[in-house]
This record gives sequence, C-alpha cells and structure tokens, in this order.
Amino acid sequence: MAYLEIKNFNKSFGNTEVLKGIDLQVEKGQVVSIIGSSGSGKTTLLRCINFLETPNSGEMILDGVSLINDLSKNDSDALLREKRLNFGLVFQSFNLFPQYSVLGNITLAPTLLLNDKINKRKQKEEYLKEKTNIENDAKALLEKIGLTDKANSYPCELSGGQCQRVAIARALALKPKILCFDEPTSALDPELTGEVLKVIRALKDEGTTMIIVTHEMGFAKNVSDKVVFMADGVIEEEGDAKSVFDNPKSEKLIHFLSSVNNKDGE
Amino acid sequence: MSFIEVTQSLLGGFAVTCLLFILTLILSLPLGLLISFCTMSKFKPLKFVFKIFVWIIRGVPLMLQIFIIYFLVRTADGANFWAKLDTFFYFEYGVQFGKNGAGLGAFIAVLIAFAINYACYFSEIFRGGIESISKGQHEAGMVLGLTKKQIFSKIILLQVIKRIVPPMSNEIITLVKDTALSNSIGIVEIILQAKLFTQQAIWPLFYSGVFYLIFVGILTLLFGYLEKKLSYFKA
Ligand SMILES: Nc1ncnc2c1ncn2[C@@H]1O[C@H](COP(=O)(O)OP(=O)(O)OP(=O)(O)O)[C@@H](O)[C@H]1O
Ligand SMILES: [Mg+2]
Repeated sequence: MAYLEIKNFNKSFGNTEVLKGIDLQVEKGQVVSIIGSSGSGKTTLLRCINFLETPNSGEMILDGVSLINDLSKNDSDALLREKRLNFGLVFQSFNLFPQYSVLGNITLAPTLLLNDKINKRKQKEEYLKEKTNIENDAKALLEKIGLTDKANSYPCELSGGQCQRVAIARALALKPKILCFDEPTSALDPELTGEVLKVIRALKDEGTTMIIVTHEMGFAKNVSDKVVFMADGVIEEEGDAKSVFDNPKSEKLIHFLSSVNNKDGE
Repeated sequence: MSFIEVTQSLLGGFAVTCLLFILTLILSLPLGLLISFCTMSKFKPLKFVFKIFVWIIRGVPLMLQIFIIYFLVRTADGANFWAKLDTFFYFEYGVQFGKNGAGLGAFIAVLIAFAINYACYFSEIFRGGIESISKGQHEAGMVLGLTKKQIFSKIILLQVIKRIVPPMSNEIITLVKDTALSNSIGIVEIILQAKLFTQQAIWPLFYSGVFYLIFVGILTLLFGYLEKKLSYFKA
C-alpha cells in the first residue's frame, strides 16, 4: 500500500458533483503534481485532504492509518485537529497573519500547541526548552527560505514571493508528513515565481513528500515524480512527468496541454 | 451665583454623565459581542430573532426606549417600579442620587435602555468587522491545527479591533452626547443641571458645552493613539 492512499473520494456541493470517485496514491518522498483546467476540482481535492471539506464518501489512509472513512464524520474537534496536523497546506493567497512578524507567523502554531501540551508554570524548565527549540527551528526554516534578515518584518512589508516563502516555512514548522500547495505561484508577478519554485525544489531534494496543484507546466514537468491530470472531477490521466507531458493519451489532456502551450506562446 | 458655584453644580451633573457613559460602555461592549455572535449564528431561529431585535432597537429613537422601560415596568399595585426603587434606595440605604431630580431607580432604568441600545449598535460594528476578515485567515488557522477559540483570540480578534476602531470611536463619541437623553425622565446630568440656572443666566449652558468638548477631545486623542498603535500592520 502507498504512503498516502485515497480511495474513491466523492464530493458534491448541493447538486453539483465536484469530485467523482478520485483514487490517488502518493509514495513517501514523492512529488505529485495535479494539473487540470479551472473548475476540475483540484482545490476541492486538496481541501478534502486537509480536512477543510469533508468528502461525501471515500477513504484516506496515511502511513497505514485510516484518517477518513465512513466513521470519521463523527470525529471530535480535537481528533480532527490532530488529523489535520499530518498535512500542511500552502494557499494561493498566502494567508499570512498580518499582525505577527515573519518569525511570529512561523512560531505561532507550534507555540500554541506547546501551551496545550505543557503547563507553562508547572513544568517551567521543560516548557522553556521546548520554546527555545521552536524558535531555533523557525530560524533554521528562515535560513532555508532565505529570509533570515526579514525575521522581524511584518507581512505587509514583504513582496508576494517573500510572503509565499514565509507561508511555506509556517507550514513546515509543524513538520507535516505531506505538504500540499494550491497554486502557490498564481498570485505572484511572473518575476517572483522563481524564488518560490526554488524553495519547493529544495524541499524535494530533501525528500519532502508534496502534492502540488499548479498551472506552471514547466515546473510540474521538471519537479514531479508523478503528474495527475484532472478533468470534471475525475482523474483523467496520470503517470510520470515524461509520459503525461510528452506522450498524452486522453483527448482531454491533449486538448488541455495544447491550450496551455498556446497561452504560454502568447 | 458665582462661577465657582456653577462649576461645582455642573461638575456634579458631569459626574452623572460620566457614570452613565462608563457603565453603558462596560455593559454594552460584551453584550454587543454576544449579540453579534447571535446574529452570525448558524442556528437560523436564533439569528432571525436577534436580527429582528437589532432592527427594532436601532430603528426606534433611544428616547422612546427610555420612556418605554421607565413607564412600562410597574409594581404589583400599579406604581412605577423605578420610582419605588428610588425611594427604596433612599430609605433603606440613604442613597441620594442627584439632589433635585430622579433617583437611583430611574438611573438604572436609563442605564438598561442605554446598554441595550448601544449593544445593538456595537453588535453591528462587531459583525461587520468579524465578517470582513477573509475566510483564508480562519482556514490558515485551521490547517495549522488551532482550535476555534485560538483562531478567534489569536488571529481574528486583533484584526477586527484594528478595523473597527474608526466606527467604534464615532459611536462612542455619539454616546457621550446621547447621555443627555437621560434628562428626559429627570436624571440631572450636566445639561439639565445647566438648564436649572437659565432663569438667572444663560452662560452656564455654554459652559456645560465646554465639558463635552474637553471629554470628546480626550476621547479623540485616545482613539487616535490606538489607531496609531495598530498601524504597524495592514489588515
Ligand atoms: N464551497 C463551494 N460551494 C459550491 N461550489 C463549490 C464550492 N467550492 C467549489 N465549488 C465548485 O466546485 C467546482 C470545482 O472547484 P475547484 O475550486 O475545486 O476547482 P479547481 O480545479 O481548483 O479550479 P481552479 O483551477 O480555477 O482553481 C467548481 O465548479 C466550483 O464552482
Ligand atoms: Mg483551485
């Protein structure tokens, strides 16, 4: 069985079926890209994986543990939160917390989780040790994304590319097993996409398992171990980057790729 | 009737004005937050009831609300409840509230009207502020494993506060001046106190205005300071 196993995800909003039986496997250390035209359900799939939406039916197993199944709809809030922490999600629009500094954005969630776990006053020493760890981890992450000098800046003082790199660091601070991206560069000026893609590339080289929804075909081709093409709520075609991009089989994928290429040529 | 005498009298009235102002704020701020949660509730009947309630309270003059609360509540034998309360406080505890006007009972009636009225106004400001925060902020908190409470208190709240400082400062300054409505049932706040002098002289009326100007001036500075304090981030 694969590291992440998604079986037969179905999701409807009212009468519109958005996901129609999605099966997806992701191996540990793999980078899987999801491509497809607008409205095909890519975001909805990522949101289901991150427990922001609940699929109407289907199953999700991570590392042998069933996270979504027929019974999981009744999960308590606490269990849901615990399950969420298996994944990280980077949004198209960054969604950084404006009132916290770059460092604050990265350390906020780990610190709050620590507060829940260890009593600040009763286990003072242990708490302080953990707190230092959190800060050191955050600083290491800042170095990784090349923003050490911006640690004390606020999001409004950063460029879009810098914001997105901070958002990636914020997600990584919780050490998720799988990091998901929803069009991480779509909100960026073209000249800023490179710096974000470089960070993702570096994560791949470290062996981070990632699922990336993207419109950057060149990047998808270059970074992915597997590419999944979605159309109208189903996985129309999947395979390694070479076969999907250079040797597409389904009509829809051929059509999609040619329309994307035309756009790039404009 | 010297300047000192007038000043002393007006200060007495101004104390009542300030008391009504402060107590209204203390009561209506949390109440307003509660009402805003109700009007945003996913439970439709609750939301509906409170939306109607807010609509009524905001749609009817505050003076009418004061009159209704003051004259509606009666004791079993048909007497005015608040007037009874006045005498009760006076005889039981020797409370003398305002020398030549309504007593503590009437003040409580007015306070209730003010607290409810302003809670409704504040609730709409709170609701607007809370709903204006993008869904992405909530979701970013959720995927980081935070509880609903943590998301509200650590992420949403300060952004809301920043956004509502300007409308809140308007509303609070309006409250300062609205307190004068309490004299409609005989509470001797500063304007009624000044009016008591008008048979002898007009200038105490102008003088009472100065008190308001100073009070509002201080509040304006305070809110300006708060706005500046929160200008370090954009939300
Ligand atoms: N909360 C919702 N309520 C109703 N319909 C929704 C909701 N979320 C998504 N949809 C619908 O589901 C469909 C798939 O949306 P989704 O955002 O998953 O597509 P996508 O592949 O991410 O598209 P894009 O490339 O434009 O981001 C769309 O038709 C959308 O209108
Ligand atoms: Mg999308």
